[in-house]
Amino acid sequence: MIQKIAWKNIWRNKLRSIILITSIALGIWAGLFMMSMTTGLNTQRIGNAINSGLGHIQIHHPEYTKEYNPKYFIKDTASLRQTLSQLPAIKSWSYHNNFTGMIASPTGGYGVALIGINPLTEKNTTSIHTKIISGTYFTSDKKNQIVIGEKLARKLKVELNNKIVVTFQDTANNIISGAFRVTGIYKTASSSFDESIAFLNKKDLEKLAGTSSIVNEVIVFLDDVTDVAPTKNKLSTSLPMLQVRSWDDVSPELGYANELMSIALSVFILIIILAMAFGIINTMLMAVLERKRELGMLISVGMNKRKVFSMILNETLYISLIGGPIGIIGAWATINHFGKVGINLSSMGKGLDSLGIGSIIYTKLDSQMYLTITIVVVLTALLASIYPSLRALRMNAAEAVRQN
Amino acid sequence: MSLIQVTNVHRVYNETDIPVSALKGVNLSIKEGEFTAIVGPSGSGKTTLLNIIGGLDSATDGSLEVAEKNITHLGTNELIDFRLNNIGFVFQAYNLIPVLTAKENVEFIMLLQGWEKNKREQRAMQLLEEVGLKEKVNSKPAQLSGGQQQRVAVARALASHPKFVLADEPTANLDSASTNNLLDIMVELNQREQITFVFSTHDQRVIDRARRVITLEDGQIKSDIHK
Repeated sequence: MIQKIAWKNIWRNKLRSIILITSIALGIWAGLFMMSMTTGLNTQRIGNAINSGLGHIQIHHPEYTKEYNPKYFIKDTASLRQTLSQLPAIKSWSYHNNFTGMIASPTGGYGVALIGINPLTEKNTTSIHTKIISGTYFTSDKKNQIVIGEKLARKLKVELNNKIVVTFQDTANNIISGAFRVTGIYKTASSSFDESIAFLNKKDLEKLAGTSSIVNEVIVFLDDVTDVAPTKNKLSTSLPMLQVRSWDDVSPELGYANELMSIALSVFILIIILAMAFGIINTMLMAVLERKRELGMLISVGMNKRKVFSMILNETLYISLIGGPIGIIGAWATINHFGKVGINLSSMGKGLDSLGIGSIIYTKLDSQMYLTITIVVVLTALLASIYPSLRALRMNAAEAVRQN
Repeated sequence: MSLIQVTNVHRVYNETDIPVSALKGVNLSIKEGEFTAIVGPSGSGKTTLLNIIGGLDSATDGSLEVAEKNITHLGTNELIDFRLNNIGFVFQAYNLIPVLTAKENVEFIMLLQGWEKNKREQRAMQLLEEVGLKEKVNSKPAQLSGGQQQRVAVARALASHPKFVLADEPTANLDSASTNNLLDIMVELNQREQITFVFSTHDQRVIDRARRVITLEDGQIKSDIHK
């Protein structure tokens, strides 16, 4: 009957209970939705970086990453290929030869990374071919094609089929120049990527540099991102002479941003939880104080303190058990909806582009987070009801029953 | 044999700079089956005396025995248990639980005592019938008149088979008809089942029906009249 009284008590003041239930539901909804936005944002940012060329794992000559000099290349590509093909977690890979150089048009010149690719194998790994907004992603019959980013094209003031001059140092430190025709312009979610990376056919680049087929970098893609660490370990063991790095080794700033967003999110969740806790304390305190005479009567007639405490605790628990599922179901529906259609933030698209995210954010949340937030909210509600419950226990029953 | 034995009870309140003596050496003995009214002007100490007898307040000095048990120095939790198992309370403002029906309000005390559901329901029905509320068992307090609510409160007070019933100004909020009806019920229960009633009251109608009237003045018993 204590539970029954507690349940009925919460409906004495329907408006107040509904406001409290709504605030709990909104708190949970806001917390989960924010988490899903941050998770989606991070996932997209990392996914975009990985798909644009970072890959899940990169393999280099151990000296290459010290000064990014193309003279350090992987010599034994045959055994490398054999090792890669033996690991089932690996979905695809592509070879790059990388040079740092300048691209010049009649209006200016800019420093860029020149990535020599095999267009056929590259299509199975990176997603640049899907980001072409103008022209094509290499055609087999033409020589000296170059695909550049939209931002670089704007800076160079070049259009499709315009010629640009590419200058770089070869493996023997000679300055090499060549004219290339812009056959494709791509646009990724990252404007900094778009202005600093140019793709060329590996064969054209090697011919210009006067080298045989060299591989400075292998970009490895996996089927499942959770396999990154074990696959990296296996490759490191199998290829002791090469440097094997995962995406977060190569681009630790992506991981740091992840951590930073997690901290910001934790602060945000903490604020929501605190606001909710104070709301509960306030409401339950009001509920206790306006029932002072009744609680005094209960204690007078012999209801012990444990039962009074438990009754008030139960009232809060019921409220949070109503508000909690409403918030969770609402959040689940919202997250699922925006996970499919995305949230269009094109009004702040430029800012997001510079972060490598893109203007549409797809919400995403691990199912475990729903459980975590539910537990946190219920615990918060119970903790918040302790003070009002203690206030109820501290009252003088004899005085309380005489109050008007 | 005394059911309630109050011996040289003093109660001093030290909540202000000047200590206030509410009771100054009260001696009182109430036997089983008595129908006693404690009367006196405001500030005479009758509420304090009733609180001490009911285990809701403690004496600064002196002792209190109920059914040969000295409860003067019981702790808070022991007093709560003692009240539950020995004393029935009727309050001036009825103080029923508004979310429960009349029957559930009566059952509530038995629930606290751990009675089985069937026995609880049976006794609640019996008591409500005795106080003339058989037709109102499923009504909530808000659906009952003041007099009916107070009769539910009497039924609730009797539910646990208490050793005595303490009624603090039980008729203060009732009209004449309800007061007479309530008093009839309590007198009948007192005469038929030898239930001990102790009232604090200003109401002349209660004083007229009481068989013993104790008058308090300035924290002391001024008169103790057995009719």
